Amino acid sequence: MGKSLFQKVWDAHTVGTIADGRTQLFIGTHLIHEVTSPQAFGMLRDLRLKVKFPQRTFATVDHIVPTINQDAPQDPLAAEMMQALRKNADDFGVTYFDLASGKQGIVHVVGPEQGITQPGTTIACGDSHTATHGAFGAIAFGIGTTQVRDVLATQTLALEELKVRRIEVNGDLAPGVYAKDVILHIIRKLGAKGGIGYAYEYAGDIFDRMSMEERMTVCNMSIEGGARCGYVNPDAKTVAYLNGRPYVDMSDFNATAARWLSFASDADAHFDDIVRINAADIEPTVTWGISPDHGIFISENIPDPAKANTALEKASIEEALAYMKLEAGTPIKGVKINVAFIGSCTNGRISDFREVAKYIQGHHVASGVQALVVPGSQIVAIQCEQEGLPEIFRAAGFEWRGAGCSMCLAMNPDKLVGDQLCASSSNRNFKGRQGSSTGRTILMSPVMVAAAAINGSIADAREIFHMDAPATIA
Amino acid sequence: MALEPVPSVTGLAVFIPGADIDTDRIIPARFMKCVTFDGLGEFAFYDVRFDEHGVKTKHPLNDPRFSKASILVAGVNFGCGSSREHAPQSLRKYGFNGVIAESFAEIFYGNSTTLAMPCVMASPEDIVAIRDAVEADPETEITIDVKALRVRTSGGLDIAVTMPDSAREALLSGRWDPIQELLDNDAAIDAKAAELQYV
Repeated sequence: MGKSLFQKVWDAHTVGTIADGRTQLFIGTHLIHEVTSPQAFGMLRDLRLKVKFPQRTFATVDHIVPTINQDAPQDPLAAEMMQALRKNADDFGVTYFDLASGKQGIVHVVGPEQGITQPGTTIACGDSHTATHGAFGAIAFGIGTTQVRDVLATQTLALEELKVRRIEVNGDLAPGVYAKDVILHIIRKLGAKGGIGYAYEYAGDIFDRMSMEERMTVCNMSIEGGARCGYVNPDAKTVAYLNGRPYVDMSDFNATAARWLSFASDADAHFDDIVRINAADIEPTVTWGISPDHGIFISENIPDPAKANTALEKASIEEALAYMKLEAGTPIKGVKINVAFIGSCTNGRISDFREVAKYIQGHHVASGVQALVVPGSQIVAIQCEQEGLPEIFRAAGFEWRGAGCSMCLAMNPDKLVGDQLCASSSNRNFKGRQGSSTGRTILMSPVMVAAAAINGSIADAREIFHMDAPATIA
Repeated sequence: MALEPVPSVTGLAVFIPGADIDTDRIIPARFMKCVTFDGLGEFAFYDVRFDEHGVKTKHPLNDPRFSKASILVAGVNFGCGSSREHAPQSLRKYGFNGVIAESFAEIFYGNSTTLAMPCVMASPEDIVAIRDAVEADPETEITIDVKALRVRTSGGLDIAVTMPDSAREALLSGRWDPIQELLDNDAAIDAKAAELQYV
């Protein structure tokens, strides 16, 4: 029997077994940012340890960066965190894509665009959305800060091997249905804890046809489905995306590409579970509650606790509806919004902004709605500028900001106030996630966010923008 | 590294209701604007313990009957979401020494074990039984027996719980922080690095 990509990468990186039975796994690439690394460097100093392979750790600053006047945080705590990362990178000899580099951005946008993210590698970062890098056929996952220390000091981690669930989505997506809808649908079907103990392999027509950026959107939210990592097998698109990027060794690119492709799952690979989903069944999906698996199609009504199957489910729906201030059994379409946010490591890449820009010309953000557009990196921002996208967004009433995590997680000035409701292209609708303990989040694709911003309430983008041709997934 | 084995933890308990309690709930992101983990204890569950005016809510952690609790009892998928170690760090610094839940998110689980905070899984029925026992008598003493994989209460409950073998072994042998073992394999690490073409 053949091997899955997960198994091949795991085997290739196994250093040994430690006393408690876990595998000591070599971590080829380590990404760090300002929030979860300072304590790890502090632990290194306490233990008088060095960074074992400084050339395999890459740093950037993203969570606390303001999106207006990026390099001048008014918050002294944020400034201290930036200074700490600068000092740690200098003291330990780690590459740092800082604000002056022109390459700063959300760590999960920077890694791929620099070509640091490569197939057949292991990637760890003190951030749960590290799963994003699985789009390239890497085994990539989030770790805690003590583990950041372990990688810095030894370039290895003590880990339990995961099972592999193959999720096949075949058929055709309807116009206006995006990668974001596919992953929100998968999470809805399998649950927020469905992936615990698993790596997700995304396979089938839909992922084969997706661009690298769409694959990143899908893999990014593996963790919202409970899976610590998710991946797509590398193919010609993966190779073409990486060709010529700064950190790709171009000395014998054909051999490198062949090595990358050799990591793809074998045709007769063993999987611990297989789930099949029909692409044609997926509609534009939005969340209604406080967990990413609280998803419904835009055409559906908000769930009714009276129709719950179990007491636990009933209590869960009631808690979510009370927090969201939504009425059971009513359409999600038409729910008024206050804020719209397009950006984040899920949907802050060039293709996201291009796609939205295609539809918003001639429209304007509804009065009373604040709409933020935040590129995922400085490079994405420059690309957008070269293509004239900021002007299109501004003309339609959106605010065009500097690169960073922005309103995804409330560690910078971009936050909800009071019980504002935000249509958001980010990844988490947890209570308080966007910075107000009563703030409300509805997750959706960037085009659906734009439709909500223009309509002033949750809307079906296919109606607002009169979509009839298939979208980006060719 | 010679660390203290953790064969069991004992203390009073508090039940925190709700499924899918995420790490943003355990420690809101704004409290992560720091370069050490010091002082995180006071912000554990902050946004559900206090309303937007800073007034205490009816959260169980504000209930004086549970003020001495050092064992947290919860539902399914506890600790999901962000990988932030700040979450188990804040629970440890708040005074928790162990967690009993129906299930845990993986990253939170690993982070907690590395901080010598045992996390064990119990059936939904047993979680209800523990909750009822604790709420009927908050002075109920609970023991998480890592060695025997049992949770016992001073009121006579004695239930089977589970945890991964590796976490149990790490706690029992005092190897819950694996850094020394990882460092000891330095030669094997160098050999692996030499073998991997991209490193």
